[in-house]
Amino acid sequence: MLRFILSRFLQTALVVFCLVSFTHVTIRMIPGNPFADEKAMQPHLRERVAEAFGLNESFGNQFVSWWSNVLTKGDFGLSTSLFGRSVNEILTSAFPVSLTLGLGAMFIALVIGIPSGVIASLRHNGWIDYGSMILAMVGICIPAFVLGPLFQLWIARNVSWLSSAGWERPTDILLPALTLGLAVAAYVARLTRGGMLEVLSQDYIRTARAKGVPGHTIILRHALRPALLPVVTYLGPAFAAVITGSFVVETIFQIPGLGQHFVTAVTSKDYFLLPGLVLFYGCLMGIANLIVDIVLTILNPRLREA
Amino acid sequence: MRVLPVILLSLFSALLLSCDRRSSIAIATEDNILVIGNSNEPKGLDPHLVSGVLESNLIRALFEGLCVDNPSKDGVADKGVAKDWKHSEDYRVWTFYLNEKAKWSDGEPVTAHDFVFSYQRMLNPKLPSKYADMLYFIKGAEEYNKEKNPDPDSIGAKAIDDRTLELTLRGPIPFLPEITKHYTWYPVPRHIILKFSEGDPATPFTGWTKPGNIVSNGPFQLKDWKIKHYIEVERNPHYWDAGNVQLDGIRFLPISNSYTETRMFLDEQLHITYILPPEMIPYAKEHVPAMLRQEDYIGTRYLRINTRRQYLDNVKVRHALACAIDRAQICKSVRGGNEKPASGVVPPFAGYTVPPGASFDPERGRQLLAEAGYPNGEGLPEFKFLTTDRDVSRRMAEAYMAMWREHLNINVRIQQREWTTYLQDQYDGAYDLAGAGWIGDFLYPTTFLDMWTKDNGNNNTGWHSEDYEAKLKESENSIVPEEKLQLLQDAEKIFLADMPIIPVFWYTTNYLIRPEVEGWHPLQLNNHPYKNVSLKRN
Amino acid sequence: MSGNEIEERLEKGTSLWKDAWLRLRKNKMAMIGLWVVIFIFLTCFVFRWFLPQDPNAVALGNEFAPPSAQHWLGTDQLGRDMLTRILDGGQISLLVAIAATCLTVSIGIIYGGISGYVGGRVDGVMMRIVDGLLAMPFLIVVILFRELIEVRVDLIGKFLTSEWGWDKDFVRRFSNIIPLLLAIAAFGWLTMSRIVRTQTAALKRGEFAEAARSLGLSHFRILFRHILPNMLGPVIIYATLTIPSFILYEATLSFIGLGVEPPNSSWGVLIKEGANYLESNVSMLIFPAVVFSITLFAFNFLGDGLRDALDPKAAKD
Repeated sequence: MLRFILSRFLQTALVVFCLVSFTHVTIRMIPGNPFADEKAMQPHLRERVAEAFGLNESFGNQFVSWWSNVLTKGDFGLSTSLFGRSVNEILTSAFPVSLTLGLGAMFIALVIGIPSGVIASLRHNGWIDYGSMILAMVGICIPAFVLGPLFQLWIARNVSWLSSAGWERPTDILLPALTLGLAVAAYVARLTRGGMLEVLSQDYIRTARAKGVPGHTIILRHALRPALLPVVTYLGPAFAAVITGSFVVETIFQIPGLGQHFVTAVTSKDYFLLPGLVLFYGCLMGIANLIVDIVLTILNPRLREA
Repeated sequence: MRVLPVILLSLFSALLLSCDRRSSIAIATEDNILVIGNSNEPKGLDPHLVSGVLESNLIRALFEGLCVDNPSKDGVADKGVAKDWKHSEDYRVWTFYLNEKAKWSDGEPVTAHDFVFSYQRMLNPKLPSKYADMLYFIKGAEEYNKEKNPDPDSIGAKAIDDRTLELTLRGPIPFLPEITKHYTWYPVPRHIILKFSEGDPATPFTGWTKPGNIVSNGPFQLKDWKIKHYIEVERNPHYWDAGNVQLDGIRFLPISNSYTETRMFLDEQLHITYILPPEMIPYAKEHVPAMLRQEDYIGTRYLRINTRRQYLDNVKVRHALACAIDRAQICKSVRGGNEKPASGVVPPFAGYTVPPGASFDPERGRQLLAEAGYPNGEGLPEFKFLTTDRDVSRRMAEAYMAMWREHLNINVRIQQREWTTYLQDQYDGAYDLAGAGWIGDFLYPTTFLDMWTKDNGNNNTGWHSEDYEAKLKESENSIVPEEKLQLLQDAEKIFLADMPIIPVFWYTTNYLIRPEVEGWHPLQLNNHPYKNVSLKRN
Repeated sequence: MSGNEIEERLEKGTSLWKDAWLRLRKNKMAMIGLWVVIFIFLTCFVFRWFLPQDPNAVALGNEFAPPSAQHWLGTDQLGRDMLTRILDGGQISLLVAIAATCLTVSIGIIYGGISGYVGGRVDGVMMRIVDGLLAMPFLIVVILFRELIEVRVDLIGKFLTSEWGWDKDFVRRFSNIIPLLLAIAAFGWLTMSRIVRTQTAALKRGEFAEAARSLGLSHFRILFRHILPNMLGPVIIYATLTIPSFILYEATLSFIGLGVEPPNSSWGVLIKEGANYLESNVSMLIFPAVVFSITLFAFNFLGDGLRDALDPKAAKD
């Protein structure tokens, strides 16, 4: 197991390195200028700005010094779009927020998704099946930028302890987490349902049934564990996506998380914030997927040999 | 398994109980804190490095210049750091007498040397300061900033003593007090900047503006700054006029989605919104008419033309394009915020008459196009229309596109680009036509006319004219205020005759404000002095 | 009959697809879904051409008109006909989603299948690449694609209009979705390949795979003839789920301003613009959102039904 984790770690490190290098190159390739704003920059000042950020050196030098700063000092450089702010500062202020929101959303997704998937599979092709699937699907059939405003209009405005947007009170997490979680819940429900149908038709379940093992024991003990395989595979990337892909939800609910930075770092061509974000996110992804694979091996003994 | 729901339920109820049942705005009003939408995360708080409107809103709360805005009257300069000022007869030499009570928020006095230091720092060619040209009114400023004269003491800003500042200008500027209200003219704390830059004041991005480091001289001081979350300011105890500051604090929220902002306002989370999106104006008129404000604003929306491009270098084609825009219809149907159709680039000022320029006349447009050799648009290629990625820009672009197609049979293709790409494409001249806008920095027509000179970085049309620049120069050197304005009007006539931009409308501000906010009056520059704002409490 | 053909027939069994169709017909919701999907396609791609209204004809002064004989669903914020805008938007959205799904499924199956089947170090490296790419910011790739591909697509468009005399607006409308499509596909295949890979890795240890191996069939044949058909279920569920998510991707890109070029519409653009009128003119949101949601529900139920029909084991119950 240790060897497995170690080799995974090395592979991930290599991939993340390539990815970050790729980001460094592309952010300079796409058009636009990180320092462009309403007021034009006078020509002689362009060099000064470049100097201040070390952009006057060759790309190779910048690249090497960025990496050496990251590896030796853990310093990701200065943001080019938020003057005087270091990338580290931005990451450390946004990550806890995103993590909280992401955990909330995943919690909602699993609480709604798994039970409705199981219920649907037990009443296959009945109205309960259709009903719970329709409910689970609401999240993927209505886009977040419609669902969010609808929640703000219908729920937040009528309930005094819920705000329309913002990140001040402890209850402020509810609506955005619900918006974000519903979209994931639909996938979880469908994958659970599919997995359950698959497993319930297997011989060993029939044997168990024939032996007179009670229904809920079969489901909880024997069926659910293998049936959740596809769900677990999906959760790794989904969790990472929930943390960074929540741009829409973060904008609509005014949440100071990572998702906004991921988009604004691209649109404002932030030369150092974007690689920093990608590096951070790549490591996060690697860890999430490693955990998923370990959980998968525990859930499915067959994979252990592979 | 049974325990989990119980735990969750108790957690949830604890969550509920911990919450205050009053609305956020009721709590804020009780605490005497103004909560205000501010559109986006500021790029920074260093007055010498930023250039946006949202940064200016923050800087005005933190810093104070020689003169300050009057809370209710346009074009009136109230006392700021300067308690009095006088000028020479030709308006070239101004002397400002500073208030001896003026102090930085750490208790250090604000002196004339701070101002001189400030101007020298901003003009320092090593500091990447975009707005340095705001100080070019000072004699020798341009030469020093453009590295033609290396001596910082050569610029016309002198500290006669600790409390007396003398400014020598490059020409007669009777409206100088107006200009000193702009944040580029504010003092910055010399002792703090030198501390963080290790002696070289021109080092940018040193972190002196971070919470805990920054020291300011305005009615408020920085309390807390959470990235993309909020910026909060609190009373500055050392402010010279602290007794007259009404609020205990202001909380600026960087809400980039204006629909969210309006919904937050309607859910009682904000006192004032930054903007009210056009789509929501009808709703606000119907449901909260008393909280809706629609006020004149010093700003112009126009279409920039790249006159270096073939076909667009033909003045008749440009006029034809201008004739096909039905301004009144756009104001009414697409904007809906009481905007006024614009005939020229300078919005109507007190004392300035806008010369006749662009107007909607499709018949004349077709005729001009035929005269230029393209009857019914034949022979003209498809132009690209560059605009931003916002919904309002998209709607306006679609409306222009339809008008050009209908009236002139000219096709355009809309290119929506992210903000920095959109701007850079214009700076690079990589566009045919672009939707653009300009907001004035001070209440004088030159803030709209100076940018169309040959070397100005914000011109970007490729157009320039010696006659035009001569008129501007002549106006600047004139001492008689009426003559100055007349010459500026002549300059605008020259400009409009060549039509390097197509004026569309003059902006208005549309925003929502709660009734308990007092002292927030309509102002053309929309720069409301926060020290006069108060909250009515029960 | 040659030996090869016999082997092929043996592998195919009687008629998997015929059985599947029979089972699908018994599933009510799936059949409703199927008919709705067919109906939507016919309306968007056939019925649309019988409507005389121009979806891009701006009529200022006639904004937000209620439904009338001329405009069946009324007009939008610029006085354009809502119905034809929704149908034209549907063409774009459906094309983007289906083409992108086809691309992602093919890439995902091949990549994930090989990775899962070969296993070992190859699998590890291939999956790390996927993990890495998943961490790539989607937006930067879209912008990059827009810059790199747009010029070339424009050249093809120019060729079609000038050489073959195609209608310019028509070509423009479809050609400007190509960068978008490729960008979406470039990311869509990653999750697909992860799912395929997990399934393959589990299935290759199954009895039938062992049996096929003992028969001496080539790896290629085992993988594509025996293992892949066995995981059609999850693949189809996931593929039907990606259709709506790709329509949403397109819309999310519009949310950032990188979607379909104005003045053309897509469902994403319509819904996104409609959401701005939630308070003041809710019909702007309702019409496109209802069509959009019905389509997505239909796709989902059809996908569910297909899964049940294609998976004989589950259907035996």
